[in-house]
Amino acid sequence: MARFLVRRLIGAIAVLFAISVLVFLIFNVVPATNPAQRIAGKNATPQLIKNVEEEWGFNKSLPAQYWTQMKLIFTGKVVSYNSHINIDKRILEGIPATASLCIGAAIIWLSFGILFGYLSAIRAGGLTDRVLTVVALIGISMPVFWLASILLYYFTYKIELFPPSGYKPLSEPREWFSHLILPWITLAVLFVGFYSRVLRSSMLDVMNEDYVRTARAKGLSSRRVMTRHVLRNSLIPIVTLFGLDFGAVIGGGAIVTEYMFNIEGVGLFTAEALKQQDFPSIMAVAIFGAFFIVLFNTLVDVAYAYLDPRIRLGTAAA
Amino acid sequence: MSATPETAPVTPGAGGGPLLAVDDLRVGFATEDGRLQAVDGVSFELEAGEVLAIVGESGSGKSVTAQTIIGLTRSPNSHIEGSVRLSGEELTTQSESDLQSVRGSKIAMIFQDPMTSLNPVYTVGRQIVEAIRAHDSSIDRKSAHAQAAELLGAVGIPDAERRVDDYPHEFSGGMRQRAMIAMGLALEPSVLIADEPTTALDVTIQAQILHLIQDLNRSRGLATILITHDLGVVAEVADRVLVMYGGKVVEEGTLDDIFYDPQHPYTWGLLGSLTRLDQPRPHRLPQISGAPPSLLNLPKGCAFRPRCPHEFAKCAEVPGLEARLPGEPGHRDRCWLPPEQKRKLREIGGRIGLEEPA
Amino acid sequence: MPPEFDNPGTGAPVPTGAGAPEAGLGLEADGTRIIAADGGDGRQGAGPWTIAWRRLRRDKMALFALTVFLLIVACCLLAPVWANHVAHTGPNTTHTLEKLHEGSETKEVVEPSGKAIGPQFFAAGGRFFLGADGHLGRDEMVRLLYGGRASLFIGITAAVITTILAVVLGLLAGYYGGWADAIISRALDVIWSFPVVLLGIALGIALAVGGLQIGPIHLKSSSLWIPTLIIGFVTTPYMARPLRGEVLGLREKEFIEAAVAQGASAWRIMFVELLPNMVSTIIVFFTLNIANNMLLEATLSFLGAGVQPPNSSWGTMISEGFEALYSQPILTIIPGTAILLTVLSVNVFGDGLRDALDPKSKVRYEARAGTTAAEPEGV
Repeated sequence: MARFLVRRLIGAIAVLFAISVLVFLIFNVVPATNPAQRIAGKNATPQLIKNVEEEWGFNKSLPAQYWTQMKLIFTGKVVSYNSHINIDKRILEGIPATASLCIGAAIIWLSFGILFGYLSAIRAGGLTDRVLTVVALIGISMPVFWLASILLYYFTYKIELFPPSGYKPLSEPREWFSHLILPWITLAVLFVGFYSRVLRSSMLDVMNEDYVRTARAKGLSSRRVMTRHVLRNSLIPIVTLFGLDFGAVIGGGAIVTEYMFNIEGVGLFTAEALKQQDFPSIMAVAIFGAFFIVLFNTLVDVAYAYLDPRIRLGTAAA
Repeated sequence: MSATPETAPVTPGAGGGPLLAVDDLRVGFATEDGRLQAVDGVSFELEAGEVLAIVGESGSGKSVTAQTIIGLTRSPNSHIEGSVRLSGEELTTQSESDLQSVRGSKIAMIFQDPMTSLNPVYTVGRQIVEAIRAHDSSIDRKSAHAQAAELLGAVGIPDAERRVDDYPHEFSGGMRQRAMIAMGLALEPSVLIADEPTTALDVTIQAQILHLIQDLNRSRGLATILITHDLGVVAEVADRVLVMYGGKVVEEGTLDDIFYDPQHPYTWGLLGSLTRLDQPRPHRLPQISGAPPSLLNLPKGCAFRPRCPHEFAKCAEVPGLEARLPGEPGHRDRCWLPPEQKRKLREIGGRIGLEEPA
Repeated sequence: MPPEFDNPGTGAPVPTGAGAPEAGLGLEADGTRIIAADGGDGRQGAGPWTIAWRRLRRDKMALFALTVFLLIVACCLLAPVWANHVAHTGPNTTHTLEKLHEGSETKEVVEPSGKAIGPQFFAAGGRFFLGADGHLGRDEMVRLLYGGRASLFIGITAAVITTILAVVLGLLAGYYGGWADAIISRALDVIWSFPVVLLGIALGIALAVGGLQIGPIHLKSSSLWIPTLIIGFVTTPYMARPLRGEVLGLREKEFIEAAVAQGASAWRIMFVELLPNMVSTIIVFFTLNIANNMLLEATLSFLGAGVQPPNSSWGTMISEGFEALYSQPILTIIPGTAILLTVLSVNVFGDGLRDALDPKSKVRYEARAGTTAAEPEGV
């Protein structure tokens, strides 16, 4: 187990490094214009551009540029030239809101995704399954910003069931909750559809496994066969997906939801930076996001090892 | 050579009626390409302490027959007719929850591939405990666990006290099959159905598992249905044999009937393909040419006709399962050839076999 | 040799031991055509495509979805016809100060308050069929049709790009293994462990300023090709990784070993032997990719990192409409519904296609399903 963890950790660091190089390339090599000018912003003076060139090392070699830029980002010294705020600090400030949004949504999407997938699989081919399939496909096919618009229009404006958008800190629990319900639903809908489809197909595969037949042959009730044997083994792919998706939404994937509901998290910050084409901010967010994804990827592998004893005990998986 | 009805005239059981009686069992499945008749009128009886072997190729309906006995083939697209009675009690019409109390506790079943028949995420012990507690929830986990260890010991797993908490992948194939048998025995069933229990195992392990089954059959009076394609396995343990082809029984009889006086050309083919130690090794083992028929589209008349070198006009009619030998009511077959002619035709190079069609 | 006996040993509710009909169908688990053993039945001629087509034809919902999608495509292709002959205006033509005459009534296209006219349907002879789009007074229907052309173009073209990249990378990595596999797989892993939206945004915004220079080709920052290439690129790992896995599986098959033994060139093995066996997977992924690409395009455009002015797509239309959400929700609802309908039709059809092409679903019959889900995008 210890060796497994060390190997995973080294792998994670390698991926993080590769991602930082990728981000660096995207912002410094891919565009066809002077990077300093872009960083300095739209209304920069020649002097400012010169300062940026120096600070970001654009007059040096590419590896040196990479080193300088990563040092700026990782030491928390990167500053937006548009808004003159410290980007790392702004990202950190956004984390509570982003985490509130993502954790709540994750609880919803996991519970309903698993519930719908389970019902769909045990009634495969029946009416329940067909209805849930259509519902899931609609969920998968819905643009998030569109769903958010509709919810905002009807539930905060037409009938004022929920307060208008914004974020309230956890210190005011009731406000916090009522402000987050719609964003939670918005963020979760797509995943509910997606997870229920994945679980359904995974369960239908597991139902054909020999050990499920064994479980039936030893006289277990259908419910027990379905939950303890079929569902238990079908959850393994769901765990993998969940790690990736949760890492992705918390690492900046919830941009649209935060923007639509004006939740002052990392995503809203990203969306604002995008509108102003504020490069340093977007770069920092991208690296920040990658960090979370790699982190949760690694956690998934550990969880995976817990769920599947063949991996936990270090023996070759079948 | 009288046209006896399909009910088998075997020796009646001691306590009025046989332990397990399968009568005219038919199992069909609706598939996209039409109805598939996997089992077509199978009847047999099984007494306590008896080992019945069902032999046939894949697709002959032997596994479906076995699984239907404990209701594992029930599904919206299957259609089951006929009767299965355990100690006189009808199983085919029982509700799913009533059947659950039969499965595992009165009839246990073990399967072909022990590598995939145990759930990889639970320990072996936990899976046995689950079987015990499914039928008697008054037993607490601890004593069920002790019982599981005891059972593993009884089926010959060394250091069972410790190995009971191992995961299936830590067991070898033979040990997993032993664990499967232990799980089957947990509730002291009266019938054990073993569906190709040795096919996936090494030859040496095969013999061990067969001997284990044989021991249990002797010591516990456990009635056993052994499903296999391997006549070598049958020769070692079976008392009676059913040969199945295309969903139907084509020949049935005692072990000696089948091995020394086989009546159906398909049985000859099976016997001919056995490697025998008491005879010089042939250059090439004879085989049955062609492939098993599609159950969706069986040949008219005798199902074996397209592969049979001795086919003649009469074979266009479906032969009944009848006792065709005088004085042997228990030895029945589905072949139109006259018995005298069979004796001549089946001799190939001094042994029983099926000649290659011209 | 004794006759071949093998017990497929599948579990209930699927009929066990029903090995014979499998052979009769002439379909192996990976969808390759095998020569059916002569079982005396007349069905072995049915190849996998015939079976898939038979199954798809029975799936009314999938066929309905395909019809809807083709209708939407046809409507968008006919955008100029509607614009020139019915609406008599272009997608970017403003009508701020114009008035509409409907019989005796006269309506302002844009009221002094800035509120635009609502759907007129055929009241004004087809002009402003779905109303105007806010203070600029552009014809919403015409914009919707032209925007749809952009969205569909990006969705389909990006799927083509992804497919080509993924097939080539998957074949190379899976066939050569070793270093080629290590490099390709690690590179895909890196892209994969990046949220699609974030990567898309980063690329989109980096290219939105100065355009893209690839050798002698320069793409203007407003070119539709930029979001197309970005989307095609960022979704590649989601298709390449499963394809690589499939190649690895196929490589072990006897027919590939036979080809290698006969001294067939690597090129021949990859494109003549392996590729045809992957076609059903590729088709399903391609279809579902179109749906995901359209959602991703809308998200990127909504955030300003996708389609750039003067072009417009359904994503940019929602972005503009959102600014007037509370006064004119219809400007968000119309393009949003268009995206939902298009993506849903593609997803439903793709789902049916997957069932039809999945050899396992024949066994399941009642329980037909299966998701080779692509990642969700655009959260």
